[in-house]
Amino acid sequence: MNNYHQFDVVVVGAGGAGLMAALYASKTASTAVLSKLYPTRSHTGTAQGGVGAALGNIEEDHPEWHTFDTVKGSDYLGDQDAIEFMCYEAVQAVYELEHYGLPFSRTADGRIAQRPFGGHTNNVTGKPVSRACYAADRTGHMILQTLYQQCLKNNVNFFDEYQVVDVLIENGAAAGVIAIELASGEMHVFHAKAVIFATGGHGRIWEITSNAYSFTGDGPAIVMRRGVPLEDMEFFQFHPTGIYRLGILITEGVRGEGGVLINDKGERFMEKYAPTVKDLASRDVVSRAMYLEMREGRGIGGKRYLYLDMRPETVNKYAALDGRKRPDGSPYVVTGEELLAKLPDIVDFARTYLGVDPVTQMMPVQPTAHYAMGGIPTNKYGEVVIDEKNTVMPGLYAAGECACVSVHGANRLGTNSLLDLIVFGKHAGLRAAEYSQGADFQKLPADPTEFARQQFEAIRNSDGDEKAYVIGNEMKSVMFDEVGVFRTEQGMNLALEKVRELRERLKRVRRPDPGKIFNTEVINIWELGNLLELAEVTTISALARTESRGGHAREDYPKRDDANWLKHTLAWWDHGQVRLGYKPVVITKYQPKERVY
Amino acid sequence: MQVKLKIFRYNPEVDKKPHYDKYEVEADPTDRVLDLLEYVKGNFDGTLSFRRSCAHGICGSDAMRINGRNRLACKMLVKELGTDKILVEPILGLPVIKDLIVDMEPFFANYRSVLPYLINDEPPPKKERLQSIEERERFDDTTKCILCACCTTSCPSYWANEQYVGPAAIVAAHRFIFDSRDRAGAERLRILNDQFGVYRCHTIFNCTEACPREIQVTKAIGEVKRAIATGKIE
Ligand SMILES: Cc1cc2nc3c(=O)[nH]c(=O)nc-3n(C[C@H](O)[C@H](O)[C@H](O)COP(=O)(O)OP(=O)(O)OC[C@H]3O[C@@H](n4cnc5c(N)ncnc54)[C@H](O)[C@@H]3O)c2cc1C
Ligand code: FES
Repeated sequence: MNNYHQFDVVVVGAGGAGLMAALYASKTASTAVLSKLYPTRSHTGTAQGGVGAALGNIEEDHPEWHTFDTVKGSDYLGDQDAIEFMCYEAVQAVYELEHYGLPFSRTADGRIAQRPFGGHTNNVTGKPVSRACYAADRTGHMILQTLYQQCLKNNVNFFDEYQVVDVLIENGAAAGVIAIELASGEMHVFHAKAVIFATGGHGRIWEITSNAYSFTGDGPAIVMRRGVPLEDMEFFQFHPTGIYRLGILITEGVRGEGGVLINDKGERFMEKYAPTVKDLASRDVVSRAMYLEMREGRGIGGKRYLYLDMRPETVNKYAALDGRKRPDGSPYVVTGEELLAKLPDIVDFARTYLGVDPVTQMMPVQPTAHYAMGGIPTNKYGEVVIDEKNTVMPGLYAAGECACVSVHGANRLGTNSLLDLIVFGKHAGLRAAEYSQGADFQKLPADPTEFARQQFEAIRNSDGDEKAYVIGNEMKSVMFDEVGVFRTEQGMNLALEKVRELRERLKRVRRPDPGKIFNTEVINIWELGNLLELAEVTTISALARTESRGGHAREDYPKRDDANWLKHTLAWWDHGQVRLGYKPVVITKYQPKERVY
Repeated sequence: MQVKLKIFRYNPEVDKKPHYDKYEVEADPTDRVLDLLEYVKGNFDGTLSFRRSCAHGICGSDAMRINGRNRLACKMLVKELGTDKILVEPILGLPVIKDLIVDMEPFFANYRSVLPYLINDEPPPKKERLQSIEERERFDDTTKCILCACCTTSCPSYWANEQYVGPAAIVAAHRFIFDSRDRAGAERLRILNDQFGVYRCHTIFNCTEACPREIQVTKAIGEVKRAIATGKIE
């Protein structure tokens, strides 16, 4: 067979999760990594602030505190066994990255530097704790580079710019994937015993987003079309500080270093909403507070943005009011140079995209679509589980942002995604390799590319007058307005109707580029199809959940409702219709309590 | 404002030779050149091909020649060009595949040739290896590289001889040579002492000017040259 490849393990995606999985799987199994982007272009490289681990390098900290903070941050929807596993593994995982060569910033005594981040606290005092391990404000860049470098060192097989478009499932087990080689347009069959999806998020559904063009939810959409449900898709995080109108992220690390949010009256309004941790409350809490401020007319000049202020005089004023101290007990005082050294990329973004110098001027910010808590359901070993009883699908794995373990529940804490990548990427890799040693290749069907070909032929032969560009923009706009920070039944019904209309219109898109070589137009249309299907699943899951929890805030149901909704949503794609089911949350030590910051 | 875009086009499946297409589009001064390319692709010609992902200068996908200079299309704002005429072409020195997409493999082969990974076979401690703030600072600048190829493909020495490893590969080597935790500096210096190594650099500074991450590329190359000359890594 032409374009046929065989590997024990195929990893789809070369971001933090995919590379970590590949590093571990390739130790014992023949492993290939397929990525639509050249690996170092993956979105992990944009992560700024840090990776969470209770190293205690700056002040007292414990994995147990990290566990509790994550459970609380998740608004009690995270599975506590998995959260505990992640937070305890975190410490070794970060040391391992350091041993791989990751150039962490350092403390005066040569240890890994750490800074405070939203929702991470000293469980005794309730005050913010320095738990985010960082490399300036390019932690994700350094993780991505370091893991890629280690993969080169270990001769991992890479298939760069291969777009996976289908997963093969035979006899109820994973059998491989179908991919398009972008440079030639050829379809390839990758026959595998185990397949690991690590394709990242789908934030391109929303208009204002911190997410890359490539965040189109391919992995979840692919497996969903093959009968795997998606978990908790109604939970999507809106990060408080995106650059106004562009959505480009300004890391929470800015607030970790003492920056504050300011409204039109010059007030530090977070004091009202989170009296203890203020600007370092959980992201869902801060984003909602910002919306409320803007709704009450306190957006800057009445507009839909607020200021993020990290000028040294402001930082020092509020640090003094809060009584913030340095580790040696002296008062917390910063200079412009220090901020520049700790947050160089942020300063660069603000200068480039806003024309603002954040050391002397305030930055206009608004909440921006940021992170998918929901995704492909897995257990804590990265094995994909396909029903209410957590039945494992043999040979299928997922890790990173495309997966839902669930360690983030209804709201992810900052720094916990990078942690999720390295911990669950590693375990998915280990498990997949181990499984492949004892398993046989599934027999492939006579024409394994059939389903993928059908999808692409439909796009290539489409001959209408619709523009994908316009359809995409209409989706983003309605989803941002109606399935965003605040939601109502009426608004979401509107969005659902619109998304369904757009799915129909996408079938009548104008005839695309007929070529084979780097046909990015056809690929983009296929990706937009993925986004539209995930937008529909998101909206239907959100409509059904008649409560407010974490990132899912309903104005018509403003309270959390543990009696009825302390459960995970599962959504199946049944011939174009969404069917919902539910499964229980794993609760071990921490009974749900009201969430106060 | 109205801008006049002139874009290099080449589709190997239909064109014998490259040509240029012109488009007039309404642009905001704060638009990125990447926004304009997306607009043209979405509205006028879906066949226009280019790479992009992050759209804020971090992933390194969209290096191109914009009005004759190597830039990331997502980091170049219309207002900064100081003109309403925008010429967009692929970066030089790498084979064009289609429109603005070039074959990056020769570039990455050079990257791989300098052992771009930490080498240290001593068993690591239980916790982190210690490194002082000063030691960490020594190679900070070169950790910023995003492998976009803006530097290498702006270098006349690289255009003249593509066997030259080029500035980006030397930057990658620098990042490890000066990392106090690494043990293979001498090996990398030997590789770069080759006839296609550092001495092809004639300090023209194009690379430093082109770097979207503001890495002092020429300075880094100079430090590597000095280490080769003195046999000392300081
Ligand atoms: C601006 C920003 C800042 C952030 N800062 C932080 C932070 O400070 N701390 C933190 O913990 N988290 C942070 N996050 C979140 C975190 O960075 C991401 O959730 C995480 O990096 C995702 O990693 P991943 O490995 O799952 O996916 P990615 O790194 O995005 O990788 C996805 C991979 O899948 C490939 N792929 C996708 N579809 C296909 C397909 N169809 N076929 C083949 N390959 C495919 C892509 O090529 C890519 O290699 C941040 C996110 C953003 C956007
Ligand atoms: S698109 Fe990522 S650097 Fe421009």
